[in-house]
Amino acid sequence: MEQVAVLAARAEREAAGRLAVDKRMTAEVATALIRDGDHVAIGGTLYSRTPMALVFALLRQRRRHLTVSRPLACYEIELFLSTGALDRVVTSWVGIGLPWGLAPIFRHYVERGEASYDEWSHLAMGLRYKAGAMGVPFLPSLTMLGSDLARTLDLQTVTCPYTGQQLAAVPALNPDVALIHAHRADMFGNVQVDGYRHMDADVAKAARKVIVSAERIVSPEEIAAQPAQTMLPHFAVDAVVAAPHGAYPHECYGLYGPDLEHFDAYVSAAKENGPAAGLRYVEENVDAHADFAGFVAAAGPDRLAALAAEARELMPR
Amino acid sequence: MSGVTAEELMAITASRLLADHKVVFAGVGMPLLASAVARRTRAPHLTIVLEGGIIGASLLPGKLPISTNEMRAAYGAQMLTDITDIFLYAQRGYFDYGFLGAAQVDMYGNINTSVIGSVERPRVRLPGSGGANDIISLCNEVLIVTQHEPRRFVPRVDFITSPGYLSGGDSRARAGLVCGKIGAVVTDLALLDFEPVSRRMRLRGLQAGVTVGQVRAQTGFDLLVGEEIEELRPPSAEELAIYRELRDGSATADTEGPVVAEPADAGDRVPAGPA
Repeated sequence: MEQVAVLAARAEREAAGRLAVDKRMTAEVATALIRDGDHVAIGGTLYSRTPMALVFALLRQRRRHLTVSRPLACYEIELFLSTGALDRVVTSWVGIGLPWGLAPIFRHYVERGEASYDEWSHLAMGLRYKAGAMGVPFLPSLTMLGSDLARTLDLQTVTCPYTGQQLAAVPALNPDVALIHAHRADMFGNVQVDGYRHMDADVAKAARKVIVSAERIVSPEEIAAQPAQTMLPHFAVDAVVAAPHGAYPHECYGLYGPDLEHFDAYVSAAKENGPAAGLRYVEENVDAHADFAGFVAAAGPDRLAALAAEARELMPR
Repeated sequence: MSGVTAEELMAITASRLLADHKVVFAGVGMPLLASAVARRTRAPHLTIVLEGGIIGASLLPGKLPISTNEMRAAYGAQMLTDITDIFLYAQRGYFDYGFLGAAQVDMYGNINTSVIGSVERPRVRLPGSGGANDIISLCNEVLIVTQHEPRRFVPRVDFITSPGYLSGGDSRARAGLVCGKIGAVVTDLALLDFEPVSRRMRLRGLQAGVTVGQVRAQTGFDLLVGEEIEELRPPSAEELAIYRELRDGSATADTEGPVVAEPADAGDRVPAGPA
């Protein structure tokens, strides 16, 4: 069980200050905030709005003994495992997506006991982040009761003081660092997202440090023109990174679809060669480029244009 | 019925269990396709909810989402919100049906999508709950859809990812799961429910041409058999045409119905959580 430290996380936020300053930096500088052994929460879910530019910058640094949490985890988990960066994953589901079957590299590490998987229900992950975001040590819920998930995680129950009802006491999670990808942000860290928001607002507010990458860095005036689209205020964000196509090869709502051919190639290599394929993927797609923009450029303009057209076709008219 | 796949048979049988003017919480794959068929046939006012924060999904035939968190799943939606919000609607009691697949299901309707073998040193580490545990804990009625095989219908699941009636009787309620029921199990051979006192799985209907003996042979535990066994109607030509159009697409885009096909499980393919 994660140590619940919601008051410590609050004290850090109180002390950190709320400087409304230019927080723009490169992905490499921003992810240098992350230390060996940290708990890193990755925003988005599965292959949607994954902060891939930030994930790649972190992969490049070859940190050790990380814990990674996510609502639903995709193959980024396998890349951290293959490079020896990850000890533990905290999530409700690990896979690549239905057509690709089980995640082979994840299986390799977890079945050998070389990495651990704390499996929560999907709502429990949401409530863990939400409790962390609310500054309370747990939230009561009807999820996970009676299951072996609860038994394995030693999830405690709580009795309602008003009614006597028995409820799961889902513990708060305050990650050390949250990585979030958004559609727009200004230099101060006011962050806007279009479409579904996954668990990102709670993931960010729960975290001790928040790094946001954005498709576009916009003016404060552009933020203020659509204030209802703002998901996070500047004082909840510590670093802002410009990252066009920053979720590629995953999707970004309204802008580009997922690059399923890229997934196909990754999965067939992973099935054949296991962790060696994961390491090779990082060497070829992360290490071989000077920055994330180089990786995106390697996909080629035709591929990117097709993914953008696919997104446009699915938008409301 | 010749020419009908097990998947088509299960989806169409399940679609008939969904009433009009209800809300169904569906995962991608067969549950979504079954919900889509229901909307196109007897339940035009069925609202489909997906855990990616999507309410009122209205999908493009032939453009099946393979995740509940993607633009194809959100196409034509009435509302987009966040994931936790969706599950809290379930906890509040808004979702009439939840729809689940299963790698393993036992005689009390407990589902395993976590591990084959022990959790400490699994023989196969499956993806995990996703929203399955929440769906079976929080929705008003849960429908389980899976192929009927002894390796799936086991006396006791290796791991209770998603609690059905636990050890039977009132054990589900005693664990604090005071809402919801496991309404039915739909397979390529049969329709099953749970006997109201013991909460053991019970045969209620047979797919056309299937015998009680065949169902028993494919079930790894002692199955209760209801007093009256109905013979399920085979899929009609209309139902099959709708199903196949949703799955494969048609010349003209049609926003009336939802979508998605998960190919029948094979090898290491496992019904995922409703990811």
